[in-house]
Amino acid sequence: MDMTVAKKKLGLKERYAVMTRGLDWTPSYQKMEDIYPYIAYEGIKIHDWDKWEDPFRLTMDAYWKYQAEKERKLYSVLDAYTQNNGHLNVTDARYLNTVKLFLSGISPLEYVAHRGFAHAGRQFPGPGPRVACLMQSLDEIRHAQTQVHAVSNYNKYYNGMHDFHHAHDRVWFLSVPKSFFDDAITAGPFEFMVSIGFSFEYVLTNLLFVPFVSGAAYNGDMAAMTFGFSAQSDEARHMTLGLEVIKFILEQDPDNVPIVQRWIDKWTWRGYRVLTLVAMMMDYMLPKRTMSWKESWEIYFEENGGALFKDLARYGIKMPKCAEQIALEKDHLSHQAWSTFYNYAAAANFHTWMPDEDEMEWLSSKYPNSFDKHYRPRYEFWREQAAKGNRFYNKTLPMLCQTCQIPMIFTEPGDATKTCYREVDYKNEKYHFCSDYCKEIFEHEPEKYVQAWLPVHQIYQGNCFPEGTDPTVEGFDPLAKVLEYYHLEHGRDNLDFDISEDKKNFAEWRGQATKNV
Amino acid sequence: MAVAAVSKYEFAPADTQDKFHGAQLLYIGWEDHLLFCSPFAFPFPATMRFGDIIAGVLPGVFGYHPDFAQIDWAKAEWLKSGKPFQPDFDKSLADNGLKHKDVIRFRTPGLTGIKGSCS
Repeated sequence: MDMTVAKKKLGLKERYAVMTRGLDWTPSYQKMEDIYPYIAYEGIKIHDWDKWEDPFRLTMDAYWKYQAEKERKLYSVLDAYTQNNGHLNVTDARYLNTVKLFLSGISPLEYVAHRGFAHAGRQFPGPGPRVACLMQSLDEIRHAQTQVHAVSNYNKYYNGMHDFHHAHDRVWFLSVPKSFFDDAITAGPFEFMVSIGFSFEYVLTNLLFVPFVSGAAYNGDMAAMTFGFSAQSDEARHMTLGLEVIKFILEQDPDNVPIVQRWIDKWTWRGYRVLTLVAMMMDYMLPKRTMSWKESWEIYFEENGGALFKDLARYGIKMPKCAEQIALEKDHLSHQAWSTFYNYAAAANFHTWMPDEDEMEWLSSKYPNSFDKHYRPRYEFWREQAAKGNRFYNKTLPMLCQTCQIPMIFTEPGDATKTCYREVDYKNEKYHFCSDYCKEIFEHEPEKYVQAWLPVHQIYQGNCFPEGTDPTVEGFDPLAKVLEYYHLEHGRDNLDFDISEDKKNFAEWRGQATKNV
Repeated sequence: MAVAAVSKYEFAPADTQDKFHGAQLLYIGWEDHLLFCSPFAFPFPATMRFGDIIAGVLPGVFGYHPDFAQIDWAKAEWLKSGKPFQPDFDKSLADNGLKHKDVIRFRTPGLTGIKGSCS
């Protein structure tokens, strides 16, 4: 065999070129459009894939090495945490509901992101973005797996986490994050990269990931915190990829600018609506708060995002218009969300509660323009009623927004006393929306959103009961059957925190660990 | 606008009336009472008398609120899709012109929620 033997080791740059772009070839007996069938239909024009600047000169072999090292560290910390009954060191048992929300609402999205990046990577003719997507795809499945492992120890002791993926595909409010990602992965590869790679990973990630991880750190959850550190370098890479994607597309052709602007407008709003869950987590579900939702929006979006969009102005990209409405909602978002989960505590996979007096004070100091006026009277009423044994459980199903699938809980921009109603007639059918932006998104692609699997409508169509259920029998209890379909046990996985098994067990176990019983 | 797609992109809407086993959806909201976080969705037969909703359904839905017992239905102001609407309590939903997925809301003058907070 006449193989040439390399004289010396390749330099980093050469090695990178050989191991990525060097692996690409030009097809000779298949047409490019047959190999890459999804690359043209979105209207994005790419003239030269070689103009792609790789933000990270990482090759696959180096990738495996780094990730393996991080896994070893992560799992040794998780083992130590488990062996030392670390779960008893969290601030208080209410914190565990944050973990439940994360596991059923966010971790399954990591898995879908894995599929999305694998798909997008396959579709790009350029080897640079293809390799970058491959690595992000692997990161995302690793995140899904390590999150599940980090949380699995809590599942041994606390309720509501046992069938998180089943819940993700069925439970009413989980259709919000689920449909968000379904929307992204059913778009073309370029829209997917702008929606998840840029809008979500770059613009909004600090509002999703940081609150959960710093929340874990503040509340003694070493498992989730360590996972966060383990994912940090990946997230940095994802952010850089997201930014590179945008710049590459915009530099390739001026016709791409309006398409990308529309995607950024759409996905900033879609992502922000999903962050409603994070807002309430930050202001209500962390026993020890890191900062308020409003503060975090101001720092991470208004300041950092503002600087980013100034930077993108040279490509002709503007700050999404919806930012103005989000600024009006920041005094209300978390309170309206928590009120909703307090309403529907019988149908969720985690517990809710009313804030205590100190927490009310904190809320009123963080939200001086809204809390005492709009929300405190409501909460005080609920608290008084609960003390009399009359805790409010709303048993009637809510009206949902056709686009974001959140119940119609949002108020008119600038008037927190009026529910915001918007509607559209399309092909003899009525559709309802929580906001002008959700309505606009529908109007641009109605054929996509008329297919929405809206949990409330699905329940009324009879599609959310266990197989063999007969809803016509005497005394049929739809909520009981829906919970069965969700694999949730009434009285255990749902209802108020105060009467929960979690609260009782945690107090008892922590007592055993700290006192002589 | 049409969805950008590689081939024909047409799908049946998921929530047409024929899928609701003889019922039609009606959404009902109570203005100035955000203690109920969102308007509600109901599957009602089109033949249902409007007054039966007021007398038979709404007490179980809104009755938790101390304002509910004080409602004078003769004074309630109604909106359908945001425009003034005069329901006839003795007529059916269909005869009141209510179709699948219509949204109605009512305002109860003088009743503005817990301590006037619109909760």
